[in-house]
Amino acid sequence: MTQPTTIRIELPASLRLLAGIPTRDALPLPVPQPATVNGAINALEAAYPALGNTLRNPATGQRRPLVRFFACGQDISHQPLDTPLPEAIACGAEPLLILGAIAGG
Amino acid sequence: MSKVRVLVGTRKGAFVLSSDGARRNWSIAGPHFPGWEIYHVKGSPVEPNRIYASQCSSWFGQTMQRSDDGGLTWAAVDNKFLYDGVAGTHAWYDGTPHPWEFKRIWHLEPSLRDADSVFAGAEDAALFHSADGGSTWRELSGLRKHGTGPAWQPGAGGLCLHTILLDPSNPQRMYIAISAAGAFRTDDGGQSWKPINRGLHSEFMPNPTAEVGHCVHHIAMHPSRPETLFMQKHWDIMRTDNAGDEWTEVSGNLPTDFGFVIDVHAHELETLYVVPIKSDSEHFPLDGQLRVYRSRSGGHEWEPLTRGLPQSNCYVNVLRDAMAVDHLDDCGIYFGTTGGQVYVSPDGGEHWQAIAENLPSVLSVEVQTLA
Repeated sequence: MTQPTTIRIELPASLRLLAGIPTRDALPLPVPQPATVNGAINALEAAYPALGNTLRNPATGQRRPLVRFFACGQDISHQPLDTPLPEAIACGAEPLLILGAIAGG
Repeated sequence: MSKVRVLVGTRKGAFVLSSDGARRNWSIAGPHFPGWEIYHVKGSPVEPNRIYASQCSSWFGQTMQRSDDGGLTWAAVDNKFLYDGVAGTHAWYDGTPHPWEFKRIWHLEPSLRDADSVFAGAEDAALFHSADGGSTWRELSGLRKHGTGPAWQPGAGGLCLHTILLDPSNPQRMYIAISAAGAFRTDDGGQSWKPINRGLHSEFMPNPTAEVGHCVHHIAMHPSRPETLFMQKHWDIMRTDNAGDEWTEVSGNLPTDFGFVIDVHAHELETLYVVPIKSDSEHFPLDGQLRVYRSRSGGHEWEPLTRGLPQSNCYVNVLRDAMAVDHLDDCGIYFGTTGGQVYVSPDGGEHWQAIAENLPSVLSVEVQTLA
């Protein structure tokens, strides 16, 4: 069985607050290979249960409309969540950015 | 000496306001969950330090919080609210079928008997229950699957289940209200439901006296007389004395009978409070004067209460879950505004004071009377 790989995830302030994460640093988390957004969210929810269902709609398993994922400067929000992440993300060289879309007031 | 704890949900967090029984000097703790919408915060009548809070965000959906120490610390509990079976459709604003989609929890109602038991009212309208302190949730789908469900249409604020009343004398009976479907009652613990809207008259409907479709804004009940209910409908103040089987209008001499909140005095069964709002298109008090109206006759005759409330240039609203009463000997009345003020009257409405003046827009107010 393939060993997990450690990726780094950056979260928006609202979710850091919800999960009680004191640092703004990217969070290192082991995820199964190949690393995907779904795998990253599963690892995040396992490590921080308070974040459960905040990124994906539990009824559909899909990304919430105002959540965005960025990898290596690219918006990958519209890719299927099981798409393998770029190598720079998968090896931890670059962080996976999770953002709340700029919307509302 | 007795204490009171006021639980305030706002657009940008929750606040806990505390005072002794005199209710003159207040401390404010918060914001809890800063930046998040807190639709409702309510404590268990069985264990007052057990408090549930509905926390949500347009970005990150619904989360649910629980405190076991009176609101000092909180922990997230389960937030998976899944409709039972195939969700199906309700009617959209234009009458076309629209899929049932969970958006948020508007109202939490802890059990009168078990601190781990709590009901939750959802948008799109559904009733959920947890028997384990919020660790898991299950839909009581007999309500949503009631035969009229596909015809329910949202009100301006959404298709929200916003009122849950538990009958203290009969654990099998509860009442709920949905905008804009109407009021419903169960007599078998939530398995089956019947619309209780006879006597309501809503001009905006094709059939103004239809079985469902009424925009009920809030319902209040005194626990010692659970068959009598008082309703603030979109327009009209209504009353029933037979558990909703028949309603009669008691708007009487109110200057406008549009509004959102309604509540009953803790010790006087025929003393009611409302906050009249100008109209459904102008959600603020008449003439810029914030006035609570009190009836001491169960409706019909109303008197304005103004001492301590702004009587000029006031254009706030008071939302449906933003009024509550305490149970001290001299009953305290509380309400919060969309302008971020929370007012208390420690003497049944004669005198008012602002106990918070600059909070985010207030969504809900609950009061706990503590020994």
